[in-house]
Amino acid sequence: MMKGGSYMASMRKVERHQARTAYLFITPTVLLFAVFTVIPVVMALYLSFTNYDVLSRNDWIGLDNYRRLIDDDLLWKTFRNVFLYSVIFVPLNILISLLLGLLLSRAWRGVKLFRTFYYLPTLTSAVAAATVWIWLLHPEFGLVNGLLSYVGITGPAWLSETRTAMLSIVMLTLWQSVGSNMIIYLAGLQGVPDYLYESARLDGAGKLDCFRFITWPQLRPTTFLVSTMAIIGALQLFDQAFVLTQGGPANVTKTPVYLIYQQGFNQLQMGYASAQAFVLAMAILVFSLINMRISKAEEPVV
Amino acid sequence: MGVTGGSAMKRGFNKTVYYIVCILIAIAMFLPFYWSVLTSLKPDDEIFAMPIKWFPDHFTFEHYRKAFTTVPFALYFWNSLVLALAGVLANLFFGSLSGYAFAKLKFRLNKPIFRVLLAAMMIPGIVTMIPTVYVMRHIPFAGGNDFFGSGGNGLMNSFWGIILPGASGTFAVFFMRQFFLTLPSDMMEMARIEGCREFMIFWRIYLPLTKPALATLSIFTFQAGWNGFLWPMIVLNDPDKATIQMGLQAFSYNFQTDYGPMMAGALVAILPILVLFLALQRYFVQGIAFSGIKG
Repeated sequence: MMKGGSYMASMRKVERHQARTAYLFITPTVLLFAVFTVIPVVMALYLSFTNYDVLSRNDWIGLDNYRRLIDDDLLWKTFRNVFLYSVIFVPLNILISLLLGLLLSRAWRGVKLFRTFYYLPTLTSAVAAATVWIWLLHPEFGLVNGLLSYVGITGPAWLSETRTAMLSIVMLTLWQSVGSNMIIYLAGLQGVPDYLYESARLDGAGKLDCFRFITWPQLRPTTFLVSTMAIIGALQLFDQAFVLTQGGPANVTKTPVYLIYQQGFNQLQMGYASAQAFVLAMAILVFSLINMRISKAEEPVV
Repeated sequence: MGVTGGSAMKRGFNKTVYYIVCILIAIAMFLPFYWSVLTSLKPDDEIFAMPIKWFPDHFTFEHYRKAFTTVPFALYFWNSLVLALAGVLANLFFGSLSGYAFAKLKFRLNKPIFRVLLAAMMIPGIVTMIPTVYVMRHIPFAGGNDFFGSGGNGLMNSFWGIILPGASGTFAVFFMRQFFLTLPSDMMEMARIEGCREFMIFWRIYLPLTKPALATLSIFTFQAGWNGFLWPMIVLNDPDKATIQMGLQAFSYNFQTDYGPMMAGALVAILPILVLFLALQRYFVQGIAFSGIKG
């Protein structure tokens, strides 16, 4: 009896000690999180109800910022731009990375080398990649139009025409991002058990049936991960738009983050910029939730 | 006989098509690299020549010299290196410390705190950037500030303004936690019975087992630090403190038709990551697969 009681007491002591250590271990992380995330988020919410502009004023103006942004045509234009971008970029990104993953999922000779080549573009920084692509897409002496001229096509002035500017950013960001998503798909494909294919083949299923009823459903978590990251990243597009097209021509590649950056840090309208940033955060949340719904709807068959 | 011959031929044909497709895609992925290397080594008159000169008649390092002399590229390179390495060290230490606590130690707020950290990853960076500038400007005793955080610049325009906000990234914590979870707990209990102190259990027993994860994490944090652009541009106003990405952007903006030096600069900005990748390729692929599957 006595012995059991003291054992329990010493267990409790060990656990208390363990908890104290744990809190000590996470203190730096939690402290940094509080100073650089929690406080700023709360402040951003507060600032979005003020006319804070760094230099002079900081008055509570209630919902004025939010009322103002309803009529802010440029803001909605940037949202339309980034939606258009996402609608093209996200599905293409998933499709291409999945195809590359399927292509390189076999253990043939040389496949590892191909994986390396497909992965290389993801190592480049947005600024360096965009710098290279400015020259790649040069209307007269660029590589892309040079190649097109071989087959007799006169390529457009990619970056200065309103029709092709956003398409240029789509191409650049696809080039930069399909490699790492391909690796994620490769890992996902490795997790699909072989016996599913074997039994399907015994039942006389063709290759397309195998993909439709086994591979695609089994990859659902992978696709969910890839699509979520792609959506969140796409809606926050900035670096490439800033370097490749500087938001132009005629604002067709200006994105919400770009606009908020200018509003907050060039024009110093930080109160209003905070309100815009919250609208963007809401948009990201809504689209992530929609994506989650779509992924949930397709329950795995097997 | 005829049937097997036919199917062998068909298999050979399929294999050929497979390799042709793979090679074409590889060329497409690699072409921008080749194009920029080519441009950086061609003299100006060959850069602006149509049709494309796939192999230059003359090689020149003039563009590299120009990139490094018109702007202080070497200084930018150094600044980026310092920032990226500091980011790596901080994230390795704080990330594994917290990751270990979340994975291996029992405490009441374990799950709630971890969930809050993860949920906060959804918040777009631009939301916190504006107030973070305010917070950093008013950190007490930093950058000429007094006790109440006024009078000076705080952490603005200093490297600390880049290093501290990212010193314990949620990705690092999450990544290390996932790795610690795969390690058995009985070593911990044994060590406790023998009277080993908690920090020593972490430092001497568990941390050495995470070397592959630490290698992967250092690559990712180095890449993130080296490639970072928007936040350094906001924090660092002093031209002497600019990073290589900022320098490259300014260069391509100011010298819009100087494609030779522009490509030279871009390649120099890519080079460290490329070298790191070729040296530690294994860890790159493992890391993406690991965080992908468990995510």
